[in-house]
Amino acid sequence: MSILIDENTKVVVQGITGREGTFHSRQMLAYGTNIVAGVTPGKGGRKVEGIPVLNGVKDAVDIYGANASCIFVPPPFAPDAMLEATDAGLDVIVCITEGIPTLDMIRTAHFIRKRGAVLIGPNTPGIISPGKTKVGIMPGHIHKQGGIGVISRSGTLTYEVVDQLTRAGLGQSTCVGIGGDQIVGTSFIDHLRWFKEDRETNGVVLIGEIGGTAEEEAAEYIEEKFNKPAMAFIAGQTAPPGRRMGHAGAIISGGKGKAEDKINALKSHGITVVLNLGQLGKTALQVFKDSRESLVRN
Amino acid sequence: MKIHEFQAKDLFRNFEIPVPSGKLACTPSQAGDVAKSLSGPPWVVKAQIHAGGRGKGGGIRLANSLQEVERAADEVLSNPLITPQTGPSGQKVRQLLIEEGLDIDREFYLGIVIDRRLECPVMIFSQAGGMEIEEASAKHPELVSIETIDIIHGFMPYQARNFFYAIEPMPDKDILKGFSLITSQVYKLFISKDCSLVEINPLVITKSGRLVALDAKINLDDNALFRQRDIAELVDLYEMDELEVRASQHNLNYIRLDGNIGAMVNGAGLAMATMDVIKLAGAEPANFLDVGGGASEEMVTNGLEIILSDRRVKAVLINIFGGIMRCDVLARGVVKAAKEVEIKVPLIVRLEGTNVEEGKEILKNSDLDFLVAKDMEEAASMVANQVR
Repeated sequence: MSILIDENTKVVVQGITGREGTFHSRQMLAYGTNIVAGVTPGKGGRKVEGIPVLNGVKDAVDIYGANASCIFVPPPFAPDAMLEATDAGLDVIVCITEGIPTLDMIRTAHFIRKRGAVLIGPNTPGIISPGKTKVGIMPGHIHKQGGIGVISRSGTLTYEVVDQLTRAGLGQSTCVGIGGDQIVGTSFIDHLRWFKEDRETNGVVLIGEIGGTAEEEAAEYIEEKFNKPAMAFIAGQTAPPGRRMGHAGAIISGGKGKAEDKINALKSHGITVVLNLGQLGKTALQVFKDSRESLVRN
Repeated sequence: MKIHEFQAKDLFRNFEIPVPSGKLACTPSQAGDVAKSLSGPPWVVKAQIHAGGRGKGGGIRLANSLQEVERAADEVLSNPLITPQTGPSGQKVRQLLIEEGLDIDREFYLGIVIDRRLECPVMIFSQAGGMEIEEASAKHPELVSIETIDIIHGFMPYQARNFFYAIEPMPDKDILKGFSLITSQVYKLFISKDCSLVEINPLVITKSGRLVALDAKINLDDNALFRQRDIAELVDLYEMDELEVRASQHNLNYIRLDGNIGAMVNGAGLAMATMDVIKLAGAEPANFLDVGGGASEEMVTNGLEIILSDRRVKAVLINIFGGIMRCDVLARGVVKAAKEVEIKVPLIVRLEGTNVEEGKEILKNSDLDFLVAKDMEEAASMVANQVR
């Protein structure tokens, strides 16, 4: 098992004819992702990498049985793309797009939640269940199938963490980027709930950063309800207040969202926090030493 | 994006939110002329900088005569203004807002922000006007009320009433109408201009019974500037660090910090984590620089040039985890930058991920002098050793 996506996931790529959309469709195909269709309004009838391009998502569901979407649509049009995917009945919507206005995301996230679909992102590297499929832009080769779940607000930082886990012999069940924006479709807690139910997942690594209180809420949930070992890393211990550190959501405002507060909250709920990213792999081996199932299975 | 108080008040006027009469001045004599054209004395001389806490730093002066207006203007314009938010070197003041002084009866706070957890805008009202809202919430929570706003229905009249009827002692009932109008107009402004923060502190009732926004603070959602072109034009480049302006022109995320280790990283999270390991190794980062998950050769060249333009930088750490961005692209960008500007400080490179071998090969075959670190921990300690 794994969470949300596996070898049976049928993906439609929205924005497939764009530069990013085409490049990453090729990468996903190389990883083994089953992309059944692409969508670019007005360009229906073409093919990209042998994949049929359609004018709308509904056809991708009706004709090709798509059940997940990967969105590479520029910010002004991304909310429309997400709503279209939701309305077409997709279960999992992954929005890679960075730079969507916050108010648009509030409206969009409410709509998607009401319809019961799962939105990952926006501003996310996506989601990967190693050895099975990936819906996103992460480099597939650094991942190894195994038992650790990874939940992160970041992109390349997640690759760094996954690489250290893999080198330490700890494979991953699913790695998901929840997104670096202020408003995202799914939270740490949503994914923790799914990882809790997933029999293949033996432990979880959380990768947080400054801004908001998502890590604090996750810490509480882990202590009260999560039944597997967990550890965390928080980026931004040296970030100055009031400045947006790249990600729209990574900002310390009004004294809230500091790395220190998050680290203290996690520790106070009994979760191991790695302070030096260079030592994450080593620490993970200790935290997950009892979870033999999580060793790499090739 | 931040804008100045006078710009925020212009927006308030457009939305029929009452503000004091006032005009901008850039010299002491202009300040005197402006004051003459307004009713007064008294007048208020207000430094126009983005940083908060202006009053504490002496950037807001009350003047009872035209001479006092000019003297206050002269003083504020001639020295950098140091407030709790400017940092120790302060911020040069180029513009002043001169306003009529009002007879204040009572002061409140009114603000709107996005609540990330609730995923909606919230309006905050505090009876402790003039006090920062963080402080008021901590010290006098009983004076602070919050209304969560449904994005579909907007701010409703009952929510204004909830605020109003909780005020002790309750103001004259005639004021409720004006109060409801201000709250709904502030919300309208927040939504239609894609704000991330609107703050009126204080919102006052004058002795003559008028409600007036004495101060105005507006922050805007950077992600929405593509559809707020008139707002985007309000940017004040003087408020930004020169290198930050240059970086933004090249689509680079660069923030200048106080240390001496320049850092170039791909991805915001990894860039923050790299700053953290530099600090843990006993050194201080000079900047945050995210060249982006999929940076081009040109962006790498520009990024390195910007880092090297910072005279305080004594060593540079390049930390790249190639995913979408390939290590060979990074390497070519670095070599190109080295041809355009002389690199006089030690360069430590840590490459991992996509095309890492090609990247290392390109660097090795160039005449560039650099050290290779095998992982993040080693990279941080190597760079820290260079400045010890």
